[in-house]
Amino acid sequence: METVVQIGSIHERGSETVADPRLAEAYRSSTVRLYTHRLQALTEVPGFERLRETARAVKRHTIENLDFYLAQFADNVERHGAHVHWASSAEEVCRIAVEVVKKSAAREVVKAKSMVGEEVELNHAIEAAGVRPVETDLGEFIIQLAGERPAHIVAPAIHKTREDVSKLFADHLKSERTTVPEELTAIARRALREMFQKAGVGVSGANFAVAETGSVVTIENEGNIRMCTTVPRVHIALIGIEKLVPRLADLAVFLRLLGRSGTGQKLTTYTSVLTGPRRPGEDGPEEMHVIMVDNGRVKALADPKMREMLYCIRCGACLNTCPVYRKIGGHAYGGVYSGPIGALVTPEYIGLSAARELPFASSLCGACRDVCPVKINIPDLLLHLRHEAQTQAPQPGAGALPEPLMFRLWAWAMRHPALYTHGSTLARWGQRLVARAGWIRKIPFYPASQWTAGRDFPALAPTSFHERWKQMQRSQKGKGQSERVKSKER
Amino acid sequence: MAKPRVGLFITCLADQFFPQVGECVVNILRELDVDVTFNPEQTCCGQPAFNTGYRDEARSVARKVLDLYDDTDYVVAPSGSCTSMIRVFYPELFEHDPELLRKAQELGKRFFEFSEFLVNVLKVEDVGARFPHRITYHDSCHLLRELGVEQPPRQLLRKVRDLELVEMDDFKLCCGFGGTFAVKFPEVSVPMGQDKIRAATSTGAEYLVAADGGCLMHLAGLVHRQGLPLKTMHLAELLAQR
Repeated sequence: METVVQIGSIHERGSETVADPRLAEAYRSSTVRLYTHRLQALTEVPGFERLRETARAVKRHTIENLDFYLAQFADNVERHGAHVHWASSAEEVCRIAVEVVKKSAAREVVKAKSMVGEEVELNHAIEAAGVRPVETDLGEFIIQLAGERPAHIVAPAIHKTREDVSKLFADHLKSERTTVPEELTAIARRALREMFQKAGVGVSGANFAVAETGSVVTIENEGNIRMCTTVPRVHIALIGIEKLVPRLADLAVFLRLLGRSGTGQKLTTYTSVLTGPRRPGEDGPEEMHVIMVDNGRVKALADPKMREMLYCIRCGACLNTCPVYRKIGGHAYGGVYSGPIGALVTPEYIGLSAARELPFASSLCGACRDVCPVKINIPDLLLHLRHEAQTQAPQPGAGALPEPLMFRLWAWAMRHPALYTHGSTLARWGQRLVARAGWIRKIPFYPASQWTAGRDFPALAPTSFHERWKQMQRSQKGKGQSERVKSKER
Repeated sequence: MAKPRVGLFITCLADQFFPQVGECVVNILRELDVDVTFNPEQTCCGQPAFNTGYRDEARSVARKVLDLYDDTDYVVAPSGSCTSMIRVFYPELFEHDPELLRKAQELGKRFFEFSEFLVNVLKVEDVGARFPHRITYHDSCHLLRELGVEQPPRQLLRKVRDLELVEMDDFKLCCGFGGTFAVKFPEVSVPMGQDKIRAATSTGAEYLVAADGGCLMHLAGLVHRQGLPLKTMHLAELLAQR
């Protein structure tokens, strides 16, 4: 079952978010809050820049040698008594996971937040097998009730106000209406507490996978991941192959960056390093399974330019700082991952033809690159995807001329100064029909019509600089060069 | 030191829409005893095609730029976007052709945005300007993040007599122009511009000043459509005020 990504709706959904005052405010206030906290947090770390450099270097080294580290990780995982599975596609992940669930005879599965789990739509597969999946991360719990996808990589319900949540809980859990956050959390806690005890299987993702020790590292604020990965008899960890780091010591770099970048926290409330199922006398699952997930990552890895996107540690900082994400919200991106990193990984993982618009949904401002803890050059990668889009999945014509032809004509004119000059002279004549006092209110053809829908367009100046320079040269024949240029027209 | 020879790269937007910006740059440089020339063969740096993913078309246009300035010491452009295109992206465009790559890198070394040229190369901050108004300055994205030029415009503005420079909230936030982004995603581009205008207006500034024509076209177009009193101005025009 392919992940269905409704990219075509990016304009529609983006406009909806912009036009809805509650949604717009929810996105604005949450991202500003997270962005501000990040700024405060990094003032606490002298040498924050060097930390970013180091993190990038570690990720670069790991990704460039991923085959080695995956093998080392798998060996160590098995050495500690856990099972390793390799899944190349979303279907594979679901098939393997459901098999484990069926063998365990579990009736319920408790799930910690896992973006990979969302990516492969694991919940659908579990339900199809007659087992009930229960999201235990509060944000995921909320969107599971709402039947929605995550709207943010770190805060899946970022777009929901407390009023939205109050209504959701009342409708689905028959709870009392309240908008007090502590009370809403308590309602969720009561519903979930029982589930942790009952569920036969717990599913988690992984923030990091340590090759040296075969450990799965998770970070969280709620404690639900701890519950999911230690209470049920069976634990399944879904791990994107890019999550690897070579050594336990490398966590020192990433843990100092991840919390601060994403939410402004020095450390999240819980950090867990899980190495194998329980040993005699310990708490924990009897059985542990690690599913290593490809689902498009190997394709990115094979591309020497694109593999940089695999450095991502899923902190969400790029979303919080992106002026486009702030306006259109997470769902507009159509896939599981949104924001700048989403615009990269979604087309890369599922193919450009299904997600063609995403690399263009950016003004290339570069704010994301400034905040990325591993310094991914997101704008540069977006530009590469745009090029791939034009060569592999050409734009269907939106106006009278198909876009590739438009740009070929444009380039031809730009290569020939005489054409460029005559073209602009023609345009100067043509605009007399529509220009008033130096401005044009409406240009009826695409793409200029997209401009004038919301803004005025400046009229071409009465003379170009080329022409003024010629005049300057003529009037200065014989005069010194220090003559101040004064043009007669504006 | 011999008089530096500067070739002006006017940029297609300034050439067609704001030619007075070019005149201001020429005047200011000449007053600083710089020999300014203009190669009339120039048209565009190729960025619109590059940003939209049409690298072959961009390359064919960029190829022409490489040959325009063999007879100058420096090239100066009143735009962070065009300067970034030459300095940062031309090496990518020509990475597979060693000879053209070498030319591009050599050109990049002496290609400057106007404010960084004044402050970092000519070592000048006071160009003798006077402009008795309150203004706020918008950092255009390529200039700020690709070229790292944040202080030079402010250093120049602080020396303008009787000028009051007020920083707005989120002065580093993108205005929403983004080249073809402005026409591909107008439903996002316009609100982003409106946020910037709101921030500028909140400072009480009469003028919103920027060093890039793209940003200014977008913001001025919004201001004019909405009939707002805020005025926009290119940095070079302001620095030419007496």
